[in-house]
Amino acid sequence: MYTRAQVLLWTAQRASAVVLAVCVIIHLVTIIYAIRNGITAAEILGRTRGSYAWCGFYAIFVAAVAVHAPIGLRSVLAETLNWRGAGLDLTVLATGLALALWGFRAVYAVFV
Amino acid sequence: MSTLSISVWRGQESGRYQEFEVPRLASQTVLDVVTFIQRELDPTLAYRYACRVGMCGSCAMTVNGRARWTCRTHVDSVAQGERLEIAPLRNLPVVRDLVTDMTEFFDKWAGAHGRFRGSATRKDEFAQVPPGSPARQLADAGIECIGCGVCYSSCDVVAWNPAYLGPAALNRAWTLVNDARDTGNRARLAAVAGDAGCHACHTHMSCSERCPKQISPTASIAGLKRATALAALKGEL
Repeated sequence: MYTRAQVLLWTAQRASAVVLAVCVIIHLVTIIYAIRNGITAAEILGRTRGSYAWCGFYAIFVAAVAVHAPIGLRSVLAETLNWRGAGLDLTVLATGLALALWGFRAVYAVFV
Repeated sequence: MSTLSISVWRGQESGRYQEFEVPRLASQTVLDVVTFIQRELDPTLAYRYACRVGMCGSCAMTVNGRARWTCRTHVDSVAQGERLEIAPLRNLPVVRDLVTDMTEFFDKWAGAHGRFRGSATRKDEFAQVPPGSPARQLADAGIECIGCGVCYSSCDVVAWNPAYLGPAALNRAWTLVNDARDTGNRARLAAVAGDAGCHACHTHMSCSERCPKQISPTASIAGLKRATALAALKGEL
């Protein structure tokens, strides 16, 4: 992979980490607030269904995960398995696409 | 007279520790111990040193699991129950016993464009670099490296990623990036970026903790990460 692409991947991972830090805090605060009186599926769906704000928030969360996790996985696999090259890059790309697919599917499921 | 029990690595990549008993002396350094073994107990022991005063960086070894200059390490500060384990530096091929092959280490300095490239000729005036300028201060912070290999030996990323240029080479590159007279920075930034360059660093900071000169290669690498990311975004890599 070209050097510039490697540097942009690194930059994307750091940028997505910043987004994730904010998203995780909002997510945790919401959980702690929401379970004060117990929690049910109906209560969660009541909050998320039809809410463009929650849909947008979790869409950003999923996008950040789908960018951040595969780039980190690429380094972990390279360093622990000594696996480098196009095979590794395609594998982590597929991982990122799968995370995005499952994540956006979940966001859609609690929105409609 | 009390004695020290010393385990010394013998052989190459494969080998074993050999036990020696060495007289315990006041103000004794680890290099004194190795020298005593070579001169008095086993003249076939191979080790490397030159200045004995912390200037040349050639006597670095792994002492009780940590890379150190043996000439500046008192036995008092590292002996555990009057025992020492002395091995060659990690992450470098072993030539024999305590001597490592530093070729790869210095090749990586060259790979990181660690050589000054100026444009001035002998007919030009001397460049004037204010000592207090921010770039000069950044260069000063890393300029005292003597290439001993302690940081390289202490770096986990070098062990995991053999192509990684390592802390010393990247620190050298950062001092040149901040040298107002140098003209080779575009190529240098391309050479130090990416999976084998500064972006491989995980900021464990072992290099900074163990550098005998108290240099922080981690800070230099962080500077390179910022400079190369900016260059990549501008399309200059």
